[in-house]
Amino acid sequence: METSAPLAITPELLLFGGIATAAAMAAVGVVAFNNAVRSALCLVINFFLLAFIYFTLQAETLGIIQIVVYTGAIMVLFLFVIMLLNLGGSGLLQQKGDKRMPVAIALGVVLFGLIASQLLPGLMSVTKPLAPDNFGAPQNVGRALFTQYVIPFEAVSVLLLVGIVGSILLAKRRI
Amino acid sequence: MPEWFANLPPVVQALIRVLIFVLPVLLLVPGAIWYERRLLSWAQDRIGPNRVGNITFSRRGKYIPSFLKGKKFHLFGLIQPIADGIKLFMKEDITPTAVDRPIYFIAPALALFPAFTLGATIPWGPFTWLTPVADVNIGILWIIAVSSLGVYGVVLSGYASNNKYSLLGGLRASAQLISYELGMGMALACIVMATGSLRPTDIVAAQQEPLWGVVPALANWNIFTPYGFIAAIIFFICMVAETNRAPFDLPEAENELVAGYHTEYSSMKFAVFFMGEYAAMMVYGGILATVFFGGYHLLPVRWDWIIQQYPASNFIAGFFRDVDYWLSPLTFIFKGVLVLTAYIWLRATMPRLRYDQLMALGWKTLLPLATTNLIVVALWIVAARVYGPPVGILSAVVAFAILYGLWRGLDKAFSPPKAFLAPRSITLVNVPKPTPAPAPESEVAPSA
Amino acid sequence: MNGVPLAAYLALGLFMFTAGVVGVVIRRSPIVIFMCIELMLNAVNLTFLAFARYQFSTAPALAQNPELATSNSIMGGQMMVIFVMAVAAAEVAVGLGIIMAIFRLRQNIDVDELNLLKG
Repeated sequence: METSAPLAITPELLLFGGIATAAAMAAVGVVAFNNAVRSALCLVINFFLLAFIYFTLQAETLGIIQIVVYTGAIMVLFLFVIMLLNLGGSGLLQQKGDKRMPVAIALGVVLFGLIASQLLPGLMSVTKPLAPDNFGAPQNVGRALFTQYVIPFEAVSVLLLVGIVGSILLAKRRI
Repeated sequence: MPEWFANLPPVVQALIRVLIFVLPVLLLVPGAIWYERRLLSWAQDRIGPNRVGNITFSRRGKYIPSFLKGKKFHLFGLIQPIADGIKLFMKEDITPTAVDRPIYFIAPALALFPAFTLGATIPWGPFTWLTPVADVNIGILWIIAVSSLGVYGVVLSGYASNNKYSLLGGLRASAQLISYELGMGMALACIVMATGSLRPTDIVAAQQEPLWGVVPALANWNIFTPYGFIAAIIFFICMVAETNRAPFDLPEAENELVAGYHTEYSSMKFAVFFMGEYAAMMVYGGILATVFFGGYHLLPVRWDWIIQQYPASNFIAGFFRDVDYWLSPLTFIFKGVLVLTAYIWLRATMPRLRYDQLMALGWKTLLPLATTNLIVVALWIVAARVYGPPVGILSAVVAFAILYGLWRGLDKAFSPPKAFLAPRSITLVNVPKPTPAPAPESEVAPSA
Repeated sequence: MNGVPLAAYLALGLFMFTAGVVGVVIRRSPIVIFMCIELMLNAVNLTFLAFARYQFSTAPALAQNPELATSNSIMGGQMMVIFVMAVAAAEVAVGLGIIMAIFRLRQNIDVDELNLLKG
């Protein structure tokens, strides 16, 4: 590592700052909104913006998989379940203010401060990405996935199969 | 790329590309609506909108030039969608009191968003500096990703309306869109495997190879290959389901759900939903054309090869090649209109599916079929590499026949007996049953 | 991306993770708790990808052996993210199934009320 150069304001930094601020606000929204649908919507926004942050890291395949898997499938499932539960009577998923709230927020701030103060200052000077620009291209990801990581990949497929069977078992009334 | 264009800053270049793609889609939406209404009314033996825009000049008007006096101009009702649009925008914008206001306002925008971002990676011509908007190596994945975002507009509008029917429409839409996305992704994966690239421009280029690797005069459009044909049918069905069009329009079934998720939307917000649907139809048509129908090429003929092989035909073949090159945007739109026609034809012909039929079609038919197709493509690739292209095509056909037979056999072996699904007999209400004649005592078998 | 320090990505990841932790602690609806867990998983994914892109711990090795940059060994971070996504998908499918089952049984899904461990 070279010695720390002063951080220059580049267009990339501004772009990242914009996306990151919006994503962070959405993350706060997930926790802060009382209404479960709004929380879910905030999470959708967060995941969608996160995909663009992945794009800025040149990991375009993973960014697009992020959109397909998270915003396209998982969050739709969440919304589906929330709406199904809402059918049983609204007000079920609302919640009132709580005494634990200030304590938890203080805990969060302390956690953030503690880790950030230990971790971030040393890494401020690392501004040059060393991985090649095409390290996130679908060809390279696919090659790695089907050569060196093929056994974990197959294990994950078994896991998904078990997940499918398990969720069907849970959801079915009679088998 | 011309010099003046290359000198522009990249942001402006991107903006120009976006405008060149989005503006025609926006401008074609009214045309598509008019086309649908006319075609539907033709299919239903009606006349349809044919009056708006007819101009009849007075015979005796003072300010009318003499050559126009008494003339009639017919526009075949082409102005009708504009009149509809003005009516929609002038209507009172009602917001029901009990709606979830922020989500209620965001939902139409979310419905419009995927329709316009979907085509960002689709080339509409051979002009690489103008199209596609972004020539990225994840183009097909982008289509799958953005089409999966189409759920949110429908689901959130259904939720925010605070209306049971709208909510039901939203729930139906989310289940339907998730189910049909799988088949769609699998169908696209077949073509991606066969092409070896996720880049739509590469897919278009690969479709200009010799047909089946053996007929050099014709182009290898994916629709002409056995697996491509199956994939195109699957993709088309899934595409109709993704755009919520008849016969898959369960989320907005008028006679069950009172128009479903957009019941509570009026005026401009309703118009936005409407516009999103039609724009999505056209963009999906462009995707179908790009992936299966050779993209922006007019005919599946390789003019370059013909010119090279038979220089005598340079005049005609060269003319066709130039037409193919310069009219490519029109060709692209023409193919999109063909797909639109298929959409409208389907709507005029097919009755709406029942919900269980919809799910059965998606999960039990299209998904296994698309998975089978994926295996077939893999076999084809191996066979074509080892034994040459003709054997590859042949083995693909044979493999498909075997796998299809296997699947049907397994389906028959494991499905419940047919009597389970037999239609129930219908009894009419208040029709007196013919009283059966009392059986003579003697014929009753003695109980053992 | 040039010019953005690695610390910025890590700070965003850390912030999202903290938000997730706070959410798990203060919210009572299991669905929102689930969403907060997803948020935490995504924060971790972002951290993995940031480290994978910047390769800051392998910098000396990369300087010695440039061929390393094109080998599979720098793909580890991305592979991890793919596996985390797959596990998250399976987890959501099963977890939401459990929530639906509990809801069918108790007509109530407040986590403070579900304290019997026997459904």
